[in-house]
Parts: sequence; C-alpha cells; structure tokens
Amino acid sequence: MTTARLPSLAVSRRGVLRGAAAGALLGTTLLGAGRARAADLVIGIVYVGPRDDYGWNQAHAVAAQALKEIPGVTVVEEENVPETVAVSKTMESMIELDGAKLIFATSFGYYDPYMLDMAKKYPDIEFRHAAGLWTDAAPKNAGSYFCYLDQAHYVDGIAAGLSSKTGKLGFVAAKPIGTVLLNINSFTLGAKKANPNASVQVIFTGEWSMPVREAEAVNALVDAGCDVITCHVDSPKVVIETAERRGVMSCGHNANQAALAPKGFLTGAEYKWATIYKEFADILATGGELPNFVRGGYDKDYVQNTDYGAAASDIVRAACEQAKAELRAGKPIYVGPLKDNTGKEVIAAGTTHDAYDVWLETTGYLVEGVIGSTS
Amino acid sequence: MTDVAELPPAGRAAAPSLAEAADRIRRSAAYVVVPILALVGSGLIFSLFLLALGQSPAEFFGLLWRGGFGTAFSWQNTLVRAAPLIFTALCVAIPAQLGLVVIGGEGALVLGGLAAAVIALPIAASLPAPVVLAAMFVAAAVVGGAWIGLVGLLRHGRGVNETISSLLLYYIAISILNFVVEGPLRDPGSPNKPSTPSIGEQNMVGNIPGLDVHWGLPIGVLLCVLLYLLMSRTTFGFAARVTGGNVRAARGQGLPVGGLVVGACAIAGACAGLAGFFEVAAIQGKANASLIAGYGFSGILVSFLARHNPLAIPPVAILFGGIAAAGGLVQRRMGLPDATMMVLQGLIFVVLLASETLYGRRLPAWLGGGK
Repeated sequence: MTTARLPSLAVSRRGVLRGAAAGALLGTTLLGAGRARAADLVIGIVYVGPRDDYGWNQAHAVAAQALKEIPGVTVVEEENVPETVAVSKTMESMIELDGAKLIFATSFGYYDPYMLDMAKKYPDIEFRHAAGLWTDAAPKNAGSYFCYLDQAHYVDGIAAGLSSKTGKLGFVAAKPIGTVLLNINSFTLGAKKANPNASVQVIFTGEWSMPVREAEAVNALVDAGCDVITCHVDSPKVVIETAERRGVMSCGHNANQAALAPKGFLTGAEYKWATIYKEFADILATGGELPNFVRGGYDKDYVQNTDYGAAASDIVRAACEQAKAELRAGKPIYVGPLKDNTGKEVIAAGTTHDAYDVWLETTGYLVEGVIGSTS
Repeated sequence: MTDVAELPPAGRAAAPSLAEAADRIRRSAAYVVVPILALVGSGLIFSLFLLALGQSPAEFFGLLWRGGFGTAFSWQNTLVRAAPLIFTALCVAIPAQLGLVVIGGEGALVLGGLAAAVIALPIAASLPAPVVLAAMFVAAAVVGGAWIGLVGLLRHGRGVNETISSLLLYYIAISILNFVVEGPLRDPGSPNKPSTPSIGEQNMVGNIPGLDVHWGLPIGVLLCVLLYLLMSRTTFGFAARVTGGNVRAARGQGLPVGGLVVGACAIAGACAGLAGFFEVAAIQGKANASLIAGYGFSGILVSFLARHNPLAIPPVAILFGGIAAAGGLVQRRMGLPDATMMVLQGLIFVVLLASETLYGRRLPAWLGGGK
C-alpha cells in the first residue's frame, strides 16, 4: 500500500476520466441536467489544498481513491477550494451539476457558515465535515467525523524513542492549539515509554504552512542534537526532506511520506479516512441513516502508521506492533499521575482519560519531557 | 464592424461627416475586436496545451460554458464570484488613470472587512440592521480608503513607489487582521479558527430577491458607472487624466497633483474596502483569515484586461468569475488539476497584453477594418 499509492492515484485518475466522459454523455443525452444515474451514489469531496501535498489533503485523496473502487460509487473531487463562498458554490455545483448525495468537506474553515448554510439549503443531501464541530443545534443532515491521530503519534514516539541515540527528539509544530499539543504529548509519552530519558524539543512555526520556517526549524533541532524529527504541519514534505538531507531519522504526519526519506524514515502517523468514507458509502447504499458524529482511533481502524521505513530496526517494529495491538484493544495513553513540563500535575494518580474523553480535546499543556512552551 | 450604411442619418447641423463617424466607430470597435481576438487566440493556444495533455479541447470548453454560464445555477455561481473582483479591479483602475500601479488592494479589502466587523460588534445587538449596515459600509470604505490613500500620500509626499508600498502595506494589513482576530476581538467560541464574533444574522446583507447573488454585484456595477462618469465627465477626472498623461504639464497648469493622487488612491482603497464589507456582511458574517482569498490580486488582472476602463470591468469580472466557477466542474469531470484554470487565466493575460500592439493599426478588411 505504501509506495504504490501515488502511482495508483494516477492510474485510476484515467479510469475516472473514462467514467466521467461516459457519465457526461449519459447525462447530456438522457437527463439533460447532467445528473448521474439514480442507482449511482455520487460523493463529492472538497479539499482546501492540492491532492498531492504529502499531507492533510493527500490523506483524504487516498481515501477518495479507495471509495472509487466501490462499484456504484462515483466520486467527484475538487482541490484548492478556498474557505470562502467558493466552497459553498463548489458544494452546490456538486449537488446541482453532478448529483452528489453526500459531501465531505475536509477543511476546518468550511464548516461555519458555508457547510451549515448548504445543509440548510439542501435538506436531502448529507454533509459531513472533518473535525469535531457538529452539535445538536446544527442541521441533522450535517455532521462531523474525526480520527484520533495522536494514537499514531504515540506509536511514532515509541519508534523514535527506541531509535534515537542521543535521546533528543525534535518536533516541528504549527500552532499551540489543542490538537497539535495532544499530538506532541502523545508522541512524547510514546518516546518516554521506550526511553524514559528521552526529551522532545518543540519549535512552533506559527503557521499551518510555512515551508521556509519549517526547514529552519528542522535545521535548528538537528543542530541542537536531535536525531529523530517529526512534525504537525499541513504538509510535512519539507520537514521530512530536510531531516533526510541532514542525515537524521524522521517520523511522518497526516499522510505517507516514506518515499521522501528512503534512508531515515521510521514510520508515520496517518489518518485512515477510507474506513469512515467506506462506512458512510455502505450505509447510504443500503438506505440507512448516516450518524451525525463519528470519531475513533486504532480501535475503529480510523488511524494507522505508515509502513516501516529503512531506519526502523526489528526491535522498533516489534515494539510498535505491540503498541498498536494495545491501542486497538482500547488501552488509554493518558493515565495518571502525569505532570506537565512546568512540574504541575495535570492528571492525578488513579485517573485515566481514555481516547474518547473530550478532556483530551481541551489539551492546553505540554507533558513532562517536552522542551518548549505553549505560549 | 458596423457598416456605414447602418448608421442613423446625420440629422444635426454640426454632425460629423459620415466618413468621420465611420472612422470613429472603427477605432472604438478596435477596443471590442482586439480583446475578443485575444480571447480566441488564447483559447487556441490553450487547446494546444490540452491536446498535449491528451485532453479534448471541445470537452473543456463545453464544461467551461456549462459550469460558468450554461445553467441558471452556473450564472449565479459566476456572478457571486465576479462581485468582489469588480470592487478590487476598481482599486487598480482608478489610480491607473493617474499612471499609478497600485497592487495592494487585497490589504484594503482585508482591513475594510475587519473595520466593518469591528464597528458592527458593539452595536450589532442594540441598533436596527440598516443603521448597523450603514456604519459597516462607511467604516469599510473609510478604512480601505485611508489605507490606499496612505499609498498615495507616500507617493506624493516622499516619492515612495506606489506599487512597492501598496504591496508591503498588504503584509502589514494581514498582520493587523491576525493580531485583532487572534487577540483583542477573538471569539472564544472559535478556538481552532481565530475569528471575530459574528455580527448576527439580522445584520447580514441579503440576496437579490429570487437570486442567490448578494447585493454587492449590482452595487459594484453601479460604482463602476459612477466612477466612469467621475473619470470621464468631471473636472476631477479630467485633471486626473491630465496628471496621468504628464505630471509636469499638470503641475505647470496649476493642477493640485498631490490632492489628485491622494484622492484617487483613497477612492480606489474605498472600493477595495467595500469588497471587504460585502465579504463580511453578505457572506461570512465575521472577520477572519478567510478574507485573505486573493480577490485583491485577481482584481489586478481584471483591471488590466479591462484596460482600466471602469465600464469594461464588470464584463471582464464576470468572465473571470465564470472561469473560476467552471474550474470545479472541469476538475471533477476531466480530472485536470486546479492549476489548469490558472494556466488559462495566465494565457489570456499574456495574449491580451501582447495584443496591445494591435491598437491603432488597421484591422484586416474581413474584420471591418481597412479603407
């Protein structure tokens, strides 16, 4: 699956073309309005960036690819759609011109007001948004889906902690907000499980995509002695490539970056949106009702770790597999007593926060072992 | 284009001779024929590009038509996308009459939108909606106008190149927006996307009845007409054009060059600020980083293609709105990347600029030219 992904994207794009051409012909000749056949389920997916960004958008595009392989499902995709009225119009165009019945809006800023407005305007169409924003007050034909990527970062941490010779790990992060801090913390807890003396140095770039600053951050971390680098930015491409060029190991984020680091890649935290997308397609194909809110991690096969890279030793692989098995079985990562990196206790002894605990979403601290500050 | 025989008979005493009238029509026809030729030419070059990719140009242009103009929905999609471009194109076109190249309209848009949201927040709940909207409208125009007016002031007072200063001020504008929405005016209910609180549903600019197009479009067109009249039918406009033609001559004639430069820049900034107002008041309901959508930069393209003529801006903006609207359909049906539309836009721009050399030349006979 890992290395075959990009080529397979290209191959079936051609397939989609054929399908689209046939669909257009059918639409214009039979129906006039250009809608797809009633038997077909048309699913629209909207991306905020390019589908081949080695990051967030690619993770969704890979899942879209898996959806296309389901017979009777047609997927229409649009990339580089800004978080403006353009996304409303894109969704509307998918509904009006392509006959989409389900829309996946994959960028945070698509939700309010754009997707909510469209959900009100088209009550018969299902809209789902990739973040945990939906509440009961929102339209019932809208919803949220989200994956606990921090679990995969925890596995990354184990690989990094075991592989590092210096015990110093580097983390390039975008902004000090909840989800990012949670990933840093889980990575650190994994690393400290593998090597109790490990430390994780964090550099915040302040932006979701700032390639120059990301490269500078990697260089600074490597200069400071870090020999494994990972990140939470929109597209980890620059981070992974820079780490490889500096001759250190790396762990990925969001999508598969193994090809960018043929020597130093360990593993990476990846979304597995395909699981959710296929579930939804199945439900609609059988006439069922989509849930409004789905979330999960390894227990539901919603996240995964990239296939091991060249730098991952057998010991690392075995430890990671064990961690994955535990996560699948629902073993929590956040177990008290736990201190933050200012020495304050954040989880008391005897308290456990499992993956579904919303407390984790409000993470505003960095755990002990992280060198860095949230402000 | 138009045959002499089709002209109405010259009734008035001082009417020009038929030959003169025909010549005038030929010359103004060039302003329609040359851009159309350029569009056709860029379409042909783009077809070659598509053929090189193994794609069908016929399918592409069919989808372009269908997605941009083919259905009622497509038209509304196109018009919604055209509306902000009209305002931001005016931000380029008006200073261009004075020979100034202002490219920082995006900054005025961002700050205009921010100002609209900032002034609305304290009064949104207490005052009636028309008052709130009027305050937002004025605030956006004033702040946008001051922002680009500053560019004019720097140009006149200190000789700072207006292209550079307006571009650099854009970065400052973005920093101000980020500072305000991440700091003093941050909505605590939006932790992951820094944003001001909402101005409230009741204070939003509605759509034109029966259409899914907000009032920004007709107001933008109206503004184009007003500014055309200002620049072509008033002493201000005349003085501005004289200044654009030759600053020294204008000074020699005692024209208030400084006031003209600053005034034109302020009008331009006010237009861009209004684009921000409509983004906030008609679409988003709050100010956040979504204001930075590149409308200000697309507006530069629109203004240049319209040859900085305010009356030509709406059709060009609609053309670009249509290309943007159809972009999605092309992506979805043909599997082409989003950048395809950028290639088309870039080609149109280059070919149109290259076609500038055709003005003033005699058109071939088959196009209605030649004597």
